Amino acid sequence: MASLTITSTRGDTKTVEGTAGLSVMEIIRKAGFDDLQALCGGSCACATCHVHVHPDDFARVGPANEDEDDLLDSSNERTPTSRLSCQIPFGPALDGLRVTVAKEG
Amino acid sequence: MPGQPGAARFDVLVVGAGHAGAHLAMSLRQLGFRGTVALLGDEPDWPYERPPLSKDYLAGAKPFEALLLKEPEYWALKDIAVLRGRRVVSVDPTAHEVRTGDGAALGYGVLAWCAGGVPRRLPCAGSHLAGVHTVRTRADVDLMREELATAARVAVVGGGYIGLEAASVLTEMGKAVTVIEMQDRVLARVAGEPVSRFYEAEHRARGVQVMLNTVVSRIEERDGRAGGVRLGDGTVLPADMVVAGIGIVPAVQPLLDAGAAGGNGVEVDACCRTSLPDIYAVGDCAAHRNRFADGGSVRVESVQNAVDQAFVAARAITGAPAPYDAVPWFWSNQYDLRLQTVGLSAGHDAVVVRGEPAARSFSVIYLRRSAVVALDCVNATRDYVQGKALVAGALVVEPARLADTTQPLKALAAAGRA
Ligand SMILES: Cc1cc2nc3c(=O)[nH]c(=O)nc-3n(C[C@H](O)[C@H](O)[C@H](O)COP(=O)(O)OP(=O)(O)OC[C@H]3O[C@@H](n4cnc5c(N)ncnc54)[C@H](O)[C@@H]3O)c2cc1C
Ligand code: FES
Repeated sequence: MASLTITSTRGDTKTVEGTAGLSVMEIIRKAGFDDLQALCGGSCACATCHVHVHPDDFARVGPANEDEDDLLDSSNERTPTSRLSCQIPFGPALDGLRVTVAKEG
Repeated sequence: MPGQPGAARFDVLVVGAGHAGAHLAMSLRQLGFRGTVALLGDEPDWPYERPPLSKDYLAGAKPFEALLLKEPEYWALKDIAVLRGRRVVSVDPTAHEVRTGDGAALGYGVLAWCAGGVPRRLPCAGSHLAGVHTVRTRADVDLMREELATAARVAVVGGGYIGLEAASVLTEMGKAVTVIEMQDRVLARVAGEPVSRFYEAEHRARGVQVMLNTVVSRIEERDGRAGGVRLGDGTVLPADMVVAGIGIVPAVQPLLDAGAAGGNGVEVDACCRTSLPDIYAVGDCAAHRNRFADGGSVRVESVQNAVDQAFVAARAITGAPAPYDAVPWFWSNQYDLRLQTVGLSAGHDAVVVRGEPAARSFSVIYLRRSAVVALDCVNATRDYVQGKALVAGALVVEPARLADTTQPLKALAAAGRA
């Protein structure tokens, strides 16, 4: 089993078992975080599933794809380790991944 | 019963547990509201998102659980009573009470009407036959999927987004699909001609038969089910399944009966208040004045509108009103094409095509009195992101500069004038 540690915009942290095959967005949503809106349901069309990946984990996750990169540009909260969580498929290789939900804006 | 012990009453009663209702209940808690909240809806399921119904869920690429807006436990955790499978049939604004189909009365302090709409039925004989489908609820699509096992030919009536999305999924499933559209182009109500012609060509290239300027005069019966579609000129198109995507009728009758102002939807002010005391309306059913529609009264059928209005209503209910002013956005997936829309294009008087449709990555920019009012971006996320500032500011930019793909829209936004 692989786990994932999620921190909300308010700073609450929760570690959950991640299901392989789901996206990180789906896992965060299942874990009950309501500050991640994910309005387009994972279609890479909205940028409301923005997370900051812990810098030490970023190499394992990898950079954003091209469309995602453009969408991330719409956020004032973008950092070098920003990703759209619906574009990160979860799996055993990401065991221990730490992400923080980005503020809107 | 009113006033009797045991009669249920909620400080906020949300009617309709779709995107708007669910987000309204969530927003109330996020804003710190501590009163009692119920989220009542007539569907048997926990609140879920509709867009995948004509996309991944129809295709069988996503299980239903992936459509749930929240896990069922979430609602209990937030102390939101989700009342599923119950339908409000009447509203008594004086008594602050609604009545449900089972005859029960529920009292409210504030009523938030988030009932969306009901798919319009085909206005012709045979529209009630088995095998004639609409795409609005999980139950609709589950039934469709069941029947698809034995259906080879599908007639889609209506070339709007939902009809075309369904057509693309069904085509990819190997069905022989015909799209029948009354107007002279698909997407006529929602997009400009270049977008319509592009999607028409994409569908045709994949073998979809697209019939324009064509009306349906009846659904033909075969063995007690839909067996074909009779067209205006009398020809009969054999079909094992008919999918009607011809829009919705807003579900507002109980409110209109109670005296609320409205007609095509229920009228709301900038804070989502109806003309009746303590009654709000949000989402697909709410007719509101929208800055992006030239100040006209519109209903906007999108996730963006449902969610942003839900937040506006929640703010007003919790005593911190702020008017609705969000920039509209929308998306649609067909085949490998992602359309992203920002703004509202209705009422535009000029269009600019940016990029080459033949390259399958381009944008159509809509102008009204020379100002940018909307963009439809096909596989062009960068234009979508950067064009938002043009729409938000209603900026005036030379058409030639909008069409110049060597210049990012970002640069024009910086230079444009309102
Ligand atoms: C197939 C499909 C694809 C779509 N694709 C997109 C897309 O790609 N992008 C996008 O932005 N938008 C899309 N939309 C539109 C989007 O889903 C809607 O705008 C959104 O769901 C509106 O939310 P709502 O809460 O106002 O209404 P709804 O989601 O319709 O919810 C209303 C709920 O209220 C219930 N109800 C109605 N009357 C009563 C009553 N009297 N008592 C109790 N319950 C009642 C209804 O059954 C329903 O469950 C799509 C819609 C459909 C149907
Ligand atoms: S959920 Fe919309 S981009 Fe990820």
